[in-house]
Amino acid sequence: MFAVLFIISVALTIQTHNYHNNKFVSSANFFSGKVFTFRNNITDYFNLANENEQLLQENLRLRRKLDTFKEIIVFEELDSTVLPNKFDYYTARVINNNYSKSKNHLTIDRGRRDSIEIDLGVISSKGIVGIVSNVSENYATVQSILNTKSRINAKLKKSSHFGSLIWNTEDPNVVQLIDIPRLAQLEKGDTIITGGRSTIFPEGILIGTVKDFRLDNDDNYYYINVDLFNDMTRLENVYLIRNNEALEILTLEKAVEDVEQ
Amino acid sequence: MSNSDILINIVRFILLVFLQVLLLNNVNLAGYINPYVYILFIILYPLDGDKGLLIFISFLLGLSIDIFEDSGGVHAAACAFIAYIRPVVLKYSFGVSYEYNSVKIKKADPMERLTYIASLVFMHHFVMFALEIFSFNHTLLLLKSTLFSGLFTTIVIICTMIIFNKKSS
Repeated sequence: MFAVLFIISVALTIQTHNYHNNKFVSSANFFSGKVFTFRNNITDYFNLANENEQLLQENLRLRRKLDTFKEIIVFEELDSTVLPNKFDYYTARVINNNYSKSKNHLTIDRGRRDSIEIDLGVISSKGIVGIVSNVSENYATVQSILNTKSRINAKLKKSSHFGSLIWNTEDPNVVQLIDIPRLAQLEKGDTIITGGRSTIFPEGILIGTVKDFRLDNDDNYYYINVDLFNDMTRLENVYLIRNNEALEILTLEKAVEDVEQ
Repeated sequence: MSNSDILINIVRFILLVFLQVLLLNNVNLAGYINPYVYILFIILYPLDGDKGLLIFISFLLGLSIDIFEDSGGVHAAACAFIAYIRPVVLKYSFGVSYEYNSVKIKKADPMERLTYIASLVFMHHFVMFALEIFSFNHTLLLLKSTLFSGLFTTIVIICTMIIFNKKSS
């Protein structure tokens, strides 16, 4: 009896290591979603001031951007047809957040009913958060960037050298950028943004700044500690990003791979 | 096991799961230290209760925590493990007297009680963190998490037991 149950639970554990398969035991179900929503309805109030401040800051930033665009666009609304956007955005509320384990997940209060799908990118007003890993009718779980399984394409804003973003489990506010070639000019405080080479995040989403760096063991690549702009320990409101061209890009890439095989 | 015992255990199961997922999982002392007090259920499970049943209930207990934590089956595995090993731990911490069902956990000698609780807590934490981290590259993290979270859990469990003991007597 013990052996059977032990093997079942180990199997469940290993199953979650498989990125697309963590379907069975997940907090994106009706019951735990309800419980977490209940808790959040209470705890949200403690953070209201801070959240307001963040939203104000974001409004300010967007307003400034809008002004620069207004100067560029002279002919407004020549015709009424709307071009399909490359990216769609949705909002969501974080109802559960982990950051103390080695494989962390968040739960958000949007699901299939709000047309959320697996593999959508998740960001907050300050920067990157993670990728949707599992969806139920009303809720979804997000594989946080604070997860040893996460690998996200990122680049230096200054020189466009790109690498992969990983996490070494040590500090919930520091992630690591690897595979940046040693040719790249690096300085403390350089900005790191998403690379746009994946179909999940658009290019230029903020990630963080260089905290310190050293050469990797084989001396060809940098190992960079990145201070996140986001405070991953207190996330409240997040945005989800859908890339409407993702399917097309993936099908094309798959077709090329099939030909080469 | 009498009827009131069964009722007490059901209530304890539900209370501990909610306490764990709503409150204790968010403690995050120094960034990664959390007390896992829900295993108090396994520690306090009646000594004369059915052992097979305990293993099964412990598995369910761990699984309910896993569902909230998105951690696959790590709590379920750790709970099933300590439920399985509990009779052995009981024997070496309380000696042979345990076999005559004369021991009451709440009234046992403090030192024996500490051995019993700490052994179960550390075994549980070790299995759980080993499965969660699942990599030899992070052995130090595993030992660190086990040690600190284990100490924290043990202290909280003992405090809880002292508080509730006083109330009932």
